[in-house]
Order: sequence, then structure tokens, then C-alpha cells
Amino acid sequence: MKEKRVAERLFNGLIKENPTFVLMLGMCPTLAVTTSAMNGLGMGLTTTVVLALSNLIISLLRKFIPNRVRIPAFIVIVASFVTMVQLLLEAYLPALNTALGVYIPLIVVNCIILGRAESFAYHNPPLPSLFDGIGMGLGFSVALTLIGAVRELLGVGEVFGYRVMPQGYTPINIFVLAPGAFFVLAALVAIQNFIKKKAAAKGKDVSKVGSGCSEDCTNCGEKGCSKRFYDADAPGKNPVINEAVAIKTVEPEKTAEAEKTAEAEKTAEAEITAEAESTAEAKKTAEADNTAVVESEAAPIEEEIKEDDKNE
Amino acid sequence: MNNISSIRDLFILLVGSSLVSNVVLSQFLGLCPFLGVSKKIKTAAGMGAAVIFVITLASAVAGVIYKFILVPFNITYLQTIVFILVIAALVQFVEMFLKKVIPSLYEALGVYLPLITTNCAVLGVALTNVQKEYGIGTGVVNGFATALGFTIAIVILAGIREKMEYNDIPESFKGMPSVLLTAGLMAIAFCGFSGLL
Repeated sequence: MKEKRVAERLFNGLIKENPTFVLMLGMCPTLAVTTSAMNGLGMGLTTTVVLALSNLIISLLRKFIPNRVRIPAFIVIVASFVTMVQLLLEAYLPALNTALGVYIPLIVVNCIILGRAESFAYHNPPLPSLFDGIGMGLGFSVALTLIGAVRELLGVGEVFGYRVMPQGYTPINIFVLAPGAFFVLAALVAIQNFIKKKAAAKGKDVSKVGSGCSEDCTNCGEKGCSKRFYDADAPGKNPVINEAVAIKTVEPEKTAEAEKTAEAEKTAEAEITAEAESTAEAKKTAEADNTAVVESEAAPIEEEIKEDDKNE
Repeated sequence: MNNISSIRDLFILLVGSSLVSNVVLSQFLGLCPFLGVSKKIKTAAGMGAAVIFVITLASAVAGVIYKFILVPFNITYLQTIVFILVIAALVQFVEMFLKKVIPSLYEALGVYLPLITTNCAVLGVALTNVQKEYGIGTGVVNGFATALGFTIAIVILAGIREKMEYNDIPESFKGMPSVLLTAGLMAIAFCGFSGLL
């Protein structure tokens, strides 16, 4: 039973919920370091180590970390591992350390790590959490290596430093420069949209498939990154901040209407909003909101694992 | 004479950090708010102002802490942990302070402040300042310039997105892909600034 669960976690991270191709998390490092396949692989493996270890520790400490201070606690744990990994890289792989530069310490603010801590490790036993981290990390590594390989192939004509393209090929330099990263990612998201639409037409459930960092922030540690905060087409997901913006941008008379609509739609949440005068409080509410969603998502997994435990 | 040359250096740093190596378009920091909060020029400008405010302040505070606490006690390897906690605390503190003391500024920036805590550009600037061994003053100028670059980029992108809204875009390219392509084209344009220095 245990092997099955481990394998399931690895499969989940690598394919079913691949953080880059499916969930579209952690786009900053994805774009920044994938100038070559080697850099992508290095960044991916570094993130994997941090992700697996921080997932393990957070899972071990999950009964001791109070709910209210969990985010700072997660950040401290993650930052400690990032510092360790950075020192190890400096000592043993100085070339990679120079190539990745400031993006190594910036692993701390990678959406994937805080996202997994919040949505999986905080609610599950250590072993599945460890393998969830490894699976997600490997999925991230594979994705980064692939993107790096494509950019290196088009931009330099090489993969992992080996010449692949024929001699007559003129490298399209722009693909290893900054704009190329945006173009490659744009193509990637477009392909994902295409597949998603086909799957949806066949009646498959694509609700878990993200599209761009800005749409799946429930699983994302970056609270500052969401389209749903400002997108009028996607209301309800974060009523507090939506409304706060509405109050700021809309005329006073209209605001009253907006408030009424919001109340009609979500009375309970609107009450919370009325209480939340300060944005600090609003933020807490948003976090609580997030947690609720995350917990509801995590609950089935937890149940599965409990069942597994019983079976053992 | 010395003063003049140092002012010139600072000006070069200002242009370099804001335009030539633009934080979003060439370093890919703060990409999430760049893509997420760029639907309208007004919100983009608000976000930009808040980012300028926080990054300038954060680079000053991080610089002071690095110079007077981390270096004397020989614990500079703790910089990542210390900086991220300081930034998170700072944003909370700024929010409370503005609300009490300058409510009008709080009205303008309030919504965006909590969103900035995990913006990787803030931590990125603090770390870059240390890596490049800038002093506190230079670090603050670098922070301001970087944030200015962010604001320029996000306001331009918001302007383009407002114009693009009613265009006929292929189904698969609707939403994020078209925005990313726009950002890519902007990045090409910003490559042109490298001739400035």
C-alpha cells in the first residue's frame, strides 16, 4: 500500500499536476534561468531539494505550528533550507551558483514551495509529503530542462552544450535573450489552452488546470499575483479585495449597488467584509478564505490517505 | 569634483536599473503582479506607486540591517531569512503607520500593500544590493530605480492591454498568451535601451 501511495505522489507531481505545464506556478524562475538546458536542470534540482526537505519538516511540525502563524513559520523553514542549499552550491558547484545568481535565494518566494506546504504538507503525514515534494520538484525540473533545451536549441543550436542543429543553421539569438522567454511561455500557455479546450469539449474535468500564474492563486504562495483580485469576470473568489477595489474605483452611488449585489451573492462573506475595516484584517480574511478552499481541496486526499492507513 | 562624479554614477545607476536592465522585462522579477494587475492603467499605476514606496523603504531598511547587524556579528549567511522576514514585517508596519498618520496616502496605496509582501522583486532588490556591495545610499537609489522600472513597464503594458481588449485574438491565444507576447515585444523594445550606457 505504501509503495502505491509513494508512486501515486510521484506520478501526481511529474504528470497529473505538473507545477509548470499544468498548474503554471513559479513562473519567475521558469523564465529567468532557462537560457540553457543545464541551467534549467540545475535550478530544477535545487528547487527539488528545498521542496522535498521543507515539505518533510513542515509535515513533521504540522501539529506544533499554530494555524495563525503558519505562513511566517513556513517561510522561515523554507528560507533555512534555501540558505543551506546556497552554501552547499557555493562550496561544491560554484559555476552553477554563478549562473543562477540571485535566483537561488529567490527560491524562498517560489509559489510552488509555499503552495505545496500550504495545500499538502501541512495536512499530511511526513512520508507522503516528502514524496509529494520530490514528485513536484522532479516535475518542475523536467519542465525547466525541456524549456531550457528548446530555448538553447533555437537560440544557440545546441542542447546541453552539444551541437544538434546542422552547420548551416543560423541560431535565432533572441530565444536565449529575455524576450525569447516570454515568447516560449506564450506558446506554452497557448498550447495548454488548446488542449484544455479540447478536453473540456470532451467533458473532462479541467478545473485543476491553471492557466498562467494569475489564475490559480489558491495553490500559490504569492498573494500578490492574482488576476482574480481585479478581474470583474471572475468574481466571488476573493470578495474582500474585489470589493475593496470596487469601492475605490467605482462612483459612490454605484458602490452601494455593488455592495448590495455582493451581499445578495455572498451574505456571509459580505458580513465579514463589513467587519474588516482595515486591509490588514481584509488580508487575514483573504488568507482564511484561501485556507478554507485549500483545506476543502486537501480534504479528499487526506481521507484517501486515512483509508490507506486503515488498509495497512 | 568627487561629488560630481558620484552623482554621475548614481544617475547612471538610475538609468541602468530602471531602463537598461528592467526588473520585469530583463530580470523576470515581480512577474506575477506585472501580469496580474495590468488590466487597467489606473490600478497598474497604483500598484506601481506602492511598489516604488515599499522597495525604496525596504532597500533602506535591509541595507541598514545588513551593515549594522549582520556584518558586525558575522552572520551575513542569514541574509535571505532576515531579509524576507524584515520585508514582511515592514509591509505590515507601513500599512499600520500609513493608516494612522497619512490616511490619504493609505487610501491611495492601501489595497496594494499586502499584495506586495511576497513580490519577489522586493527581496530581489535587497539581495542584489548586497551582492553588488552597494552602500546604503546607493542601495536606496538602486531600489528606487528598479521600482521605477517596474512602474514604467506595468503602466505601458496596462495601456497596451486596454487597447487590445476588443481585438480579435485567436481562441487559444486569448488571455495570458497574448499578454505574454506583448511583454516579449516590450522586452525587445527595452533591449534597445542597452545602447544608452
